[in-house]
Amino acid sequence: MSEMPEDRTSAIVPAELFTPDPQPTAQKLATNKAQAFWSDVWRRFRGNWPAMLSLSILLILAALAIVAPMLSPYSIAETDLFATYKLPSLEHLFGTDGLGRDIWTQVWMGARVSLTVGFVAALIQMMIGVAIGSISGLYGGRVDMLIMRTVDIMIAIPFLIWVSLVVIVMQPGIVSIILAFALTQWTEIARLVRGEVLKLQQTEFVIASKSMGAGSWRLIVRHFFPNILPVVIVAVTFQITNAIFGEAFLSYIGLGIQEPLTSWGKLVASGVKEMRGNPYMLIFPAIAISLTMLALQLIGDGLRDATDPKLRQ
Amino acid sequence: MLRYIVRRLIIAFVAIFVLATITFFLLRLVPGDPFSGPRITEVVKQRLQAHYGLDKPLFEQYLIYMQHLTMGDFGYSLTKQGHRVNDIIATAFPYSLDLGLRALIFAVIMGLFFGIVAALNRGKPLDSITVILVLVGISVPSFVLGGILQYYFAVKWPILPVARYQSFAHTILPAFALSLSTMAIVARYMRASMLEIMSTDYVKMARAKGLRPAQIVWRHQLRNALFPVLSIMGPVVAMVLTGSFVIETIFAVPGLGRYFVLAMQTLDYTLVMGLTVFFGAFLIGMNFLIDVLYGIVDPRIRLS
Repeated sequence: MSEMPEDRTSAIVPAELFTPDPQPTAQKLATNKAQAFWSDVWRRFRGNWPAMLSLSILLILAALAIVAPMLSPYSIAETDLFATYKLPSLEHLFGTDGLGRDIWTQVWMGARVSLTVGFVAALIQMMIGVAIGSISGLYGGRVDMLIMRTVDIMIAIPFLIWVSLVVIVMQPGIVSIILAFALTQWTEIARLVRGEVLKLQQTEFVIASKSMGAGSWRLIVRHFFPNILPVVIVAVTFQITNAIFGEAFLSYIGLGIQEPLTSWGKLVASGVKEMRGNPYMLIFPAIAISLTMLALQLIGDGLRDATDPKLRQ
Repeated sequence: MLRYIVRRLIIAFVAIFVLATITFFLLRLVPGDPFSGPRITEVVKQRLQAHYGLDKPLFEQYLIYMQHLTMGDFGYSLTKQGHRVNDIIATAFPYSLDLGLRALIFAVIMGLFFGIVAALNRGKPLDSITVILVLVGISVPSFVLGGILQYYFAVKWPILPVARYQSFAHTILPAFALSLSTMAIVARYMRASMLEIMSTDYVKMARAKGLRPAQIVWRHQLRNALFPVLSIMGPVVAMVLTGSFVIETIFAVPGLGRYFVLAMQTLDYTLVMGLTVFFGAFLIGMNFLIDVLYGIVDPRIRLS
């Protein structure tokens, strides 16, 4: 009874629909996926207002650190003995110190040092940590054992002792502080990366990739890096806080930045000394450093929430 | 369990040994020497060096030092004449320990309290207040807080003594300045940990069978929420004791911190060595104890 005309289907549905779409190549798929992940992260991060506010505050602080000293009519070393202990005014926005130096200029010159130390130290720590952590996780066995025991021992020694030792050996200064942090504080990240690599090696996509003959270089670049990156970025944000705090701490006890350079820690130290008569000297650097720590903390929290796979639908 | 303890113990001892060795050689790399001043001529310096055994080959000095160290002898201070490093530590450490303990106890009790209150009032004003407190605690460095507290509570409104460490009133400001960041971290962990426990099946079960809320909090949530907090106690203890170095300088507390900074600046080899090894060994020992305790409380940790 069925007298269906042969071209019935094509009459209703155009034939083109039955031809398959061009298949995306494997590489394109991968980059799309990575892009999708980071745009997801950015979307979630943008929705987190404390983190966004913190990011803007940090950017403003960084911009001021770059621009403010250039626009200021004073330099950090310029003393003016007729204008000592001036209260904040239009002429001296944050007042002047006991040698008549402009505190506005000092705070932003200090910001350059503090922020540089924080970011550069954290970056170097990240590179060392990722390298050593991946080696440890990838090679396993004796290499892993040796590296992890070294890390255990390094972590057991308090960071203040490590850092101040390295700093006095190399003479206090920006470079020595950065190196002191970079050389001693990579352990946290190395541990983290090793754990992630071990976890990743058990995943199906890595096993599949290996069984298809992927070399270790390809494994590292294609599979490990993109997957470890989110965790590392979050950890690095908190390491920046540590490094900024550490620099301030060292400068505070006199083992950090030396005259005529200045940093927030140093400014806070002189502020504490002058606090009785001139509390404004303490307030401004104290606010600057606290605000930076707060902003970094909230950005770190925001990044963690934005990249955490557990929170992804 | 025994294997776990032994492994931890070996790590602790090796860490102390490595710390002592590195410190010893690093210090000798620092340009300059501990003997300087108007009365110190070349001849005097040589005699002093010979007196303290600093003219021997470096490695021999190291062996001698380590030999003494194994017997707990830190030698004589090079800049404080006639003072043994052991005696300096014995007089200074009680102050640091006292300050650290006060801060630690206050921080842990208040931190746990705030963490619990915040978790139980999630999303309500009390929670927000705690979150703000935590953020302030984490972002204001202890030395900034110390300075500000000193200004307001001792200089502007003289309620408490400015500095020194003589009576209970003297201890309040430094201990509080030292404890705030620790309190913030403990509160944060406790809050997160409590919230996680609240959504577990056994808490739902307890609620379903009609236990009173107070009983659920006390018997089911608190105990289990405490474990993750215990795991951060090692770093927390280290933080409090390290932080006390700066707080001691602000409030003129005659503890280890002041000597450490002074010894670093004058390159007093034996004093720096003694303080570093002692302080490091103390922290490493504390960490060891906490690790072992944690291993006893939570068996899963031993396996990893």
